[in-house]
Amino acid sequence: MNIVVPVKFVPDLVEELEIDKSGVALDRTYMRLIPSEQDEHALEQALLLKERYGGTVTVVTLDTGDVDEALFTAIAKGADHVVKVLGDGFAEGINNHAASSVLQAALKDIAFDLILTGTQATDDLDGSTGPLLAARLGLPFVGYVTGVEQEDGKIVARKEYPGGLVAEMEVALPAVLGIQAAEKPPRYVVTSLVMEAMKTAKIEEVEAGQAEGGGAAEVARMYLPESSERAEMIEGNVDHVADALVTVFRDRGLLA
Amino acid sequence: MAEVATSDRSFYDEVLEATPQGDRLKLCLQCGMCTGVCPHGFAMDFPPRSLIAALRADDLEPILESDMIWLCMSCFACTAVCPAQIPLTKGLLARLKTEMLVRGKVPSELQTALENTRRYGNTLGESPRRRPAWASDLTVPVPIMAQVKEPVDVLWFVGDYASYHPRVQSVSKAMARIFQALGISFGILGPDENSDGDVQRLAGERGLFELMAQKNGKAFGRCQFNEVVTTDPHAYNVFKNEYPAQGFAFPVRHYTQFLAEHLEQLKPLLRHEQKYKVTYHDPCSLGRANNNGIYEEPRQLLQAIPGVELVEMPHNRANTICCGAGGGGNWLDGFVWERAHARTSEWRVKEALDAGAQILAVACPYETPRFEDAVKSTGHEGELIVKDIAELLADALADAAVE
Repeated sequence: MNIVVPVKFVPDLVEELEIDKSGVALDRTYMRLIPSEQDEHALEQALLLKERYGGTVTVVTLDTGDVDEALFTAIAKGADHVVKVLGDGFAEGINNHAASSVLQAALKDIAFDLILTGTQATDDLDGSTGPLLAARLGLPFVGYVTGVEQEDGKIVARKEYPGGLVAEMEVALPAVLGIQAAEKPPRYVVTSLVMEAMKTAKIEEVEAGQAEGGGAAEVARMYLPESSERAEMIEGNVDHVADALVTVFRDRGLLA
Repeated sequence: MAEVATSDRSFYDEVLEATPQGDRLKLCLQCGMCTGVCPHGFAMDFPPRSLIAALRADDLEPILESDMIWLCMSCFACTAVCPAQIPLTKGLLARLKTEMLVRGKVPSELQTALENTRRYGNTLGESPRRRPAWASDLTVPVPIMAQVKEPVDVLWFVGDYASYHPRVQSVSKAMARIFQALGISFGILGPDENSDGDVQRLAGERGLFELMAQKNGKAFGRCQFNEVVTTDPHAYNVFKNEYPAQGFAFPVRHYTQFLAEHLEQLKPLLRHEQKYKVTYHDPCSLGRANNNGIYEEPRQLLQAIPGVELVEMPHNRANTICCGAGGGGNWLDGFVWERAHARTSEWRVKEALDAGAQILAVACPYETPRFEDAVKSTGHEGELIVKDIAELLADALADAAVE
């Protein structure tokens, strides 16, 4: 089974986020970008499938700047090919409609049976790149997947529903799956293997075609959560705060 | 890769050849002193003696099937007692951990600490830019070398925990006050400082250690200084014994050595009496690790504080009990508790109380939070104060010296 994993780079919350002068976007001056956590799960699921059924794993990412180390890390973990898509404006962030069109073009010359994305990226929580890519490619899509088995040229995807329900869905290949969590936590790879990959592996580069970003929602205003007027701040020492909390709980019927 | 076992040679032969003095493995008499002294030996499927026996029989798989190697805290107790002087801790045991890492068999909390080190240069996963933030509200200036661009006598290597952990930041602040009181010209690397790599190396992540050594070595190379002084025994150990082979050799001292040398100058400044019975916990990395042998300087400093009565615990100096943090142990608390149902830090706190101590004095950044937790988890909150020697000295400094 040949698997493609598109990986999105998202802001690292280790640095404090700031809103830029436009008021509709994050200030990216000092921002660090790291692979989205659910995309790390998609890669892990792809590597588990490769170990189980054979095939290849190809990681594709839009060039947002410092992406090479993450791509070499993917090689060290067991990916066969890593592809960097070069284009304008990726570092500033492009919407998911545009991203799906860029990915579609980048996949033109790559043979695949399965595309695994994270169900949603940790920055916009939009969850639309996978379904949009599937629609562009005319392929089936299943999201919120936590496990994949191969059976007679098809796959069975385990999909999570709210309320603890799980469905097993037969999906014809090729297909696109949104991975909620891999069957195992993303693996560790020792630094020496990452360094080795940096010396020996090659990052393939492709030029992005024209991005088609129409249809996406536009951000009208970006702002920090505003505290509600109803919030009551309890100040003072520990004993006072504890007493005040007990009173609040009693008043609202939460304590007898 | 050299780190991945190849099939045609036995693991035993490979460790023998790859470790400095690894051929001493041949001298193992199976006397079992290593296993007897190991604080977690009772809980291991393969304590050091059995480990060597199994490897000589070329029976590696059962060892790797077991995850018990992660009970090793790299405390160097086995290495210190071995009559054949086999490099157990940094040779055999670290190499086995490497094999486990290569196979992806690493407890998740430790995995996170290693990933944090690679991405951020610190085990805590904090912003590298905020590394010197602990010093921002101090009245004592703590110069950052890349900003002042001037030579200093002392380049102070602060370390991960002392930079980011709220409890240990107060030790760093105390140290800055002492440097100032003595009029020492000093600076820190700030954002250019990375994890020293000692615990990562002993946890088997040799490549990560080498990466950290390169980053720190280059940062040191951009500064002018007479010596490195560190508040971290792990940094001291790794700078002195492992960095030279990476191409970075420089004079380094632990702060207790540095201050013991300045004792005549320090003593008149210590005017606030501290009437306490104090016991001192020897960190593995200052003492028995690589025969570093720093035992007396910390005690000299404590005895220089007016009012302090120094009492000893039964396990002291080369016979100390590990706090549990070394070799990755700091990120294996849950794992160790599941397997061993014991914490060495709790054992140590009980020893300190039995010795009649009111204060447990420490000299390693992992130890203040670990022992404070152990005081609480053993139900002795309020009965034993845990303080770094630097904090005790700063408490005793006359106010005039501080201003």
